[in-house]
Amino acid sequence: MPTTDELKQRIETSIPGANADVVDLNGGGDHFRATVIAPEFAGLSRIEQHRRVYEVFGPDIGGPIHALSLVTRAEA
Amino acid sequence: MSTPEQQISAAIQEAIAENEILLFMKGTPEAPRCGFSARTVAALEAVGAPFAAVDILPDPRIRQELSALSNWPTIPQLFVRGDLVGGADIVAEMYETGELAEVIGVEAPAGDAPAAAEPEAPPLTIENRLS
Repeated sequence: MPTTDELKQRIETSIPGANADVVDLNGGGDHFRATVIAPEFAGLSRIEQHRRVYEVFGPDIGGPIHALSLVTRAEA
Repeated sequence: MSTPEQQISAAIQEAIAENEILLFMKGTPEAPRCGFSARTVAALEAVGAPFAAVDILPDPRIRQELSALSNWPTIPQLFVRGDLVGGADIVAEMYETGELAEVIGVEAPAGDAPAAAEPEAPPLTIENRLS
């Protein structure tokens, strides 16, 4: 079962300079919300920013990670 | 000869092309089967946008082919005039900022009472086109 720490680590490892804040929405280890701030998001549309984060997890989204709600920004 | 997957993919592309505002969701606007889909329907109804909807639950291949086309892994997915606008989070954010009404091309609601919108078309059932 994925943990918030694991998700945070995967995001921060895959996206250089990213800062991720991950919460487990219902305590069940499958519905998460991540707030991700990364310099490389500058100039990207919201869709592109979210795609970048989804890419980190590939097929895990919809698998072990049932839902990953996202808030993304280029700057804090 | 095309495979069932190719037929589903073609039906999805046709639905996106034919419906100005199209929501792929779990369940129907009247009976959403997932909180994220319900939230997205609520945002669309709040801006008073008539929209068509496709329930992706009846056949897992719908979601598979849709995500392959849109390069977007989750449901719901909102398309406006052929373009993916986003999933539940982006639609909610755009609703908050007023961008959703802008993109859809309706006036932002003046009051705070959400107007219930009648879907312009009955919810599509893509899987029926295959039989």
